[in-house]
Order: sequence, then C-alpha cells, then structure tokens
Amino acid sequence: MKTEIIIAGFGGQGVLFLGDLIAYAAVKEGRYVTWVPSYGPESRGGTCNCQVIYADRPIGSPAIAQPDILIVFNKPSLEKFLPRLKRGGVLFYDNFLVKERPEREGVKIIGVPAFQLSKMGNMAMLGAFLAVTKEISPETIYQILEEKLKGPKAKFIPINKKAIEDGMKYIQKQGDQDATN
Amino acid sequence: MSRLYMKGNEAVVEGALRAGVEGFFGYPITPASEIIETFAEKYFADREREKRGEKPLYPKFRVFMQMESEIASINAVMGGAAAGCRVMTASSSPGISLKQEGISYIAACELPCVIVNIMRGGPGLGSIQPEQGDYFQAVKGGGHGDYKLIVFAPNSVQEMAEHTMLLFNLTDKYRNPGMLLADGYLGQMKESMEFPEVPIEEYDKPWAITGMGEREKQNTIEFLFLTPEPMVEAKKRLLEKYKKIEANEVRYEAYKVDDAKILVTAFGTPSRVAKAAVDLAREKGIKVGLVRPITLWPFPYKIYRDLVTHQIDRVLVVELSFGQFVEDVRLGVEGKAEVKLYPRFGGIVPTEEEVLEKIMELA
Amino acid sequence: MRVSALIPRYPEPETYVGRTHYCPGCGHGTLHKLLGEVIDELGIRKRVILVEPVGCSVLALRYLKVDGVQGPHGRAPAIATAIKRLRPEAIVITYQGDGDLAAIGTNEIIHAANRGEMFTVIFVNNAVYGMTGGQMAPTTLIGQKSTTSPTGRATEYFGYPLRICELLNTLEAPVYLERVSLHDVEHITKTRAAIKKALLNQIEGRGFSLVEVLSNCPTNWKMTPEESWRFVKEEMTKVFPLGVFRDR
Repeated sequence: MKTEIIIAGFGGQGVLFLGDLIAYAAVKEGRYVTWVPSYGPESRGGTCNCQVIYADRPIGSPAIAQPDILIVFNKPSLEKFLPRLKRGGVLFYDNFLVKERPEREGVKIIGVPAFQLSKMGNMAMLGAFLAVTKEISPETIYQILEEKLKGPKAKFIPINKKAIEDGMKYIQKQGDQDATN
Repeated sequence: MSRLYMKGNEAVVEGALRAGVEGFFGYPITPASEIIETFAEKYFADREREKRGEKPLYPKFRVFMQMESEIASINAVMGGAAAGCRVMTASSSPGISLKQEGISYIAACELPCVIVNIMRGGPGLGSIQPEQGDYFQAVKGGGHGDYKLIVFAPNSVQEMAEHTMLLFNLTDKYRNPGMLLADGYLGQMKESMEFPEVPIEEYDKPWAITGMGEREKQNTIEFLFLTPEPMVEAKKRLLEKYKKIEANEVRYEAYKVDDAKILVTAFGTPSRVAKAAVDLAREKGIKVGLVRPITLWPFPYKIYRDLVTHQIDRVLVVELSFGQFVEDVRLGVEGKAEVKLYPRFGGIVPTEEEVLEKIMELA
Repeated sequence: MRVSALIPRYPEPETYVGRTHYCPGCGHGTLHKLLGEVIDELGIRKRVILVEPVGCSVLALRYLKVDGVQGPHGRAPAIATAIKRLRPEAIVITYQGDGDLAAIGTNEIIHAANRGEMFTVIFVNNAVYGMTGGQMAPTTLIGQKSTTSPTGRATEYFGYPLRICELLNTLEAPVYLERVSLHDVEHITKTRAAIKKALLNQIEGRGFSLVEVLSNCPTNWKMTPEESWRFVKEEMTKVFPLGVFRDR
C-alpha cells in the first residue's frame, strides 16, 4: 500500500503544516513516510505545495508525478494539479474559496467549505480527509497536537480539534458521494 | 526503537551534535538554511539552560557563529580545525563555490572538518531546486591545486545523519576535509527514520595549535614552500594518504545485481527513484540491478569493472546534471559495456516510470 | 678583529629567534622582535596562537616561536575568531599587512572588530604590496608611484588612501585602536607599549584591539632605508596621523 498526496494553496493557509501533520501521523502509525515542501520565497504569499507519501514499504522517489489524493485551497493550484490527479483518485477542494466547480472525469471530487467551517480551514480540511480516507486515526492527530502545542500554546488545541471535528461532521452530514463525477 | 520524523537538514545537525561537533560556522542560503537555524536553536537553548543553572544538552558544542560571508565561514572552520576541534560549515552550491579557496587551504594543511553542500540548481544564481551539478566541484577539486575531499552522497534523511557522523570520524582519522553532498530534496525532505548508531571515534591531535603549553616545540600549520624539494615531499605524503583512503574507504550499495544484465546507477535522490524503477522492471521480468555509490570520492570504480567484466553489458546512468557522474562510471566500466546517460536538470527529479521507460529501452 | 665583534649584543627574546629573510632596512624584523619581547615580558609564549597573513610576513612563525597557522589572504580575522572562541584561554594574535587587511580582507576585519572578537590585531601599513613586488595598496598615498600606479596614485582614478583606524573607530565594539610608527627609536618604543597594551587587553578579556603600525618598504619604494624612514615620518604620518583613536 502506498498513498501519494499533493496539498496546495496560498502561503499562509497552512498547506505545509497540514501535510506535515498527515505525514507525522503516518509515521506514528508505523508507516514509511516522506514529506517534501515547495521551498523558497514562493512559500511566503505565493502558491505553495507539499507532497506527502506514506507506505508500508520504503519509499523510492519522494517526488509525486500523479497523486492519489489532491487537496487544494485555491484556483491556481487546482488548475496546476488537477490534470495530474490519478484516475480513480480523490480531489478535496475548498468550495468556499474556489467558487467554480472543478471538472474532471474518473476522479472523486469533494467540495468542503473548509475556510467557512473554521478560521483554521486547513484543520477542517484535515477532518474531511480523515473522514473520507479513514487511513489515519483522528486520535493520532490529537496526540500530535498535544505533543506540539505545549505550554502557552496549549490553548490552541481546542480550536484545532474543533476545526477537525467540524470537517469530519461535514462529511458525515453531506456524504462524499454526491460530489462524485 | 520508535521511528523518528525529521527534515534532512535537521538530521545533519542531529548527527553532528551526536558526533560531538564543537563549532559551527555558517551563512544562510536556501535550501541549506535550516542547518544554521537548527544549530542556532540548539546552541542558544543550551545557553538558556545554563542561565537557569541546568546542564546543557550538548556540552561539547561551544561555538555557534553566523559569519559575515561564506568565505569567513570556511576560514573560521579552518581556524577551528587547526585548533584541534570538531568543526563544520554548511551551505548550498553558490556558497560552496565561494568557499573553494578555503577548502583548498584546509586540504593542503590536512585539517579535518565537515562541509555540507545541499545542492541547488546552477550555474550562477540558478535556482533553489535540487540538482547534482556540483559533482565535479566536489570530487575533482573545485579549489586550486591537487587535493581530495572525502565525499559522501546520502540518499535518505537517515543517511544525512549517519554520513555526517561517519564524516567526522573519517576526517579526523585521515586528517582530511570531507563533504556531505546532497541535493536540495534531501535537505528539505522530512522522512521517517531510525537514528543510526555510529560509534564516535576520537583521535589524538598532537599537531593542533593550542598554544604550546607543556610542549617544547611550536606547532605550525602551514603549506608554503620556497623551493621545490620540500613541496615534492609534502605532496607525496598527501598522495600516499589519498591512496590509503582509496584503498580503505570505498562504500557503495549494490541491489539485485547478482543475475542482472542491465545496471542502473545513480546517487542521492535519483538513486531512490532508480531503485524503485529497478523493482518495477523486475516485475516485468527484466534482469536489472542497481549500483549506488555512497562515497563519491573515493569512487567505487571496482564494482563497475567487476560487474561489466562478468555479466552486465548495458549501463544506465541517471543524474541531475548534464553528465558529470557519468564520466566516473565510464572510467569504471572501461569501455566494456554500453553506457547510456539519462540526465535531468533544472530542478526536476525523474519519476520511477520515466526511469523504467529508459530501462526498457535498453532491455 | 671582525667588525661584528664591536657591536654590543643584547639578549635575544625567547620568543623571537634567528635572522629574518626580510630586505635590509625593512620594518618587519623590528616589529617581530618587539612582539617577541612583549610576549616574553607578559609570560604568555605558551598560550599564544599566531595567525600569519599572506604577504611578506607569511613566514613570521619561523621567527616567532609560538603555535600558529597560515591563513588565506585576508582571512586571518575569521580564522582567529574561531580559534579564540573555541580556545578562549589562548592568546590569539593576527599579524596582517595592508593588502591583506585593508584590501582583500576588509570584510573580515570589519566584522571581527564589530563583533568585538577578543583577539589582537597587529596591522602593518607600509602603503604598498611588498611580497608581490610593489603594487598599489588601498593605503598607497596620493601621488605615490607603484607598479600599478606608475604615474602616481590619482584620486579621480583610484580613490583615496584607506584609513583603517578611523574606519574601525566608527564601530561600537573595539576597545583599543592606536596608530604607531617605526620610523625612529622614540616611536619604536611607543609601538612596543601599544602592542603590550593590546595584548594586556586580551589577557584581561576586555575586547578587540588593533595596533596599526606605519612601516616602510625601501625595496619597492626604491629608497634607501634612511630615505624610507624619512618618508614614513614626513609623508605617511600626514595621511595617517599617529595616536590613540579608542581606549576603553
């Protein structure tokens, strides 16, 4: 089993952190993992992305040609990466920030109004991702939040958790089938 | 043992600290900056601990310096190494170019130290994306004069730590500078890993300049000759040392080569891609194997020579540059096999499928 | 009786030995000897680490019997920074000429001074590149001829002589900056005192000290030693005024 994920959006939307969190959770659950950021000035303000792979065997290339899962938060990223999404793959996009519904045959398209559900839109999107893929346990994510947000930062744990839960609830309520092409 | 999750650049720092690094001297540059930043974080956290009356985590790590330039950084490394301390610097391609004069002096004076190059695209300002265009600079010289660096080419975050530690041991053992040569991906990538167990070797440094102290004779670290004869002798000693390193320190990984007819070879990130492509090709019944040099100098010429003498007649070279590494592969192959180059440059790493396609063209 | 037997012999300092390779009349030998004497007087020979420059004094460690390293051109302050920080108990000295310190090594000296590195710099200013054969230095006087300013240094073409003490005196960190000269006995004595003060500053952990020493280059100036010292006294000190610029 190997899952390849590209996450993309504007710098500041928490794209790199979201990928990092998924990657670290996969490590905690015993998988082989790579995480590669797009780095340099573009990660502050411009579009930015990261590539996450988790697998049950050592990973060859950390670079992803065709992702299984694409998570995007803006239109330029959608245009750039949607054509590369693997047939049978899943697209998560923020349909609050990207008004036009993306078109692509042979993939599952899931719109989540992540940044409407929460100021921590990346965390809401994470909730949706967890609920749909069921490959990573939310408990692992919560454990990491508690590990990373210590001391004075601990007060941010509840809002992060709530955003994740809101994302999961959104999927439970809306389902993910209606968005399938 | 629980698995760790770390960025390549952070793993370099972790490896260096476990190897007992005493001084780091650097200058910021993408995509190597996390190295200087992580050193700063560790260093000043220890100073805060001391202020609170606690013991520092890294008592040996006494000096962290952001210097005024790449040139000053490498010269500070020269000073620290001359003073008998474990020291290092880290940069990326354009910064490493600036350091070349210092590296030449350090090699001449036989000063052990570790230089990390997280390679980006070149020539010139190039890009910050990964390339392997500094291969010649690292293994063939780069600075002026005859000299060699011990060059390690990691291909995972775990090896970023492991090779840094090995380099501290080997550079001390041979009194020779060493380089960790990694493409930008390896610096920037985070990966699951287990921390490598590398025993720390400590070597006496009676040659170091420490102030004479109890010594009767002064120690001087110089490499300047006014007449040819003493320089001939000094260079002979260097050459002898290089031969010894070539005889003892070659490292490589050979994967599925036993029955292989085709050989794929690459180092750094492309070697991971190539290994995965070898597996894909094997699934299709193609008898292909991989050789990955771990040390680029000394270069594992012999394994190529042995393989092409006995079984392999086609070699595919994958590298992130016009074709530098391929020249050493050709020296190893000695014309006994067809060598095909698959160069990718400009910051794009080939995919497993692309490398598979190249293997199939040779099959 | 040989003439040499008539010359009174003074005890040689322990640190300074031998006869130098420098040209007849050159100031480096005098300065080496002063440095050796002061090191002996302060009893620090076993603690000293000397960083040699690239230039005429590249082989200073042949005459000064202390530990040391030969650095690339201009880089002595970066080398000394690491040595002093890693071995704070050592007494670290850089000995640099004007090509080394004031041209190719300006970046290193400014930043080392600005960080207040705890070592001592002996800066020899003789207004010319000596070892490479008399080319113009940043410190070459206006109108002074050199092999690369054959018709004399013209300011509109080459700019002005660079004054290192004045330049470093704009920085907060240095504790001691003084310009001295070797042109006569009185000034040699003052130079000795300045070196001693600079080394005491280091011994007592006060901070960065630099002594700029005006010296000569009879060979490249194409003068007799006597004429060259007159030139230092009458011309160089006009452009590079002697004195203490900083003493904290």
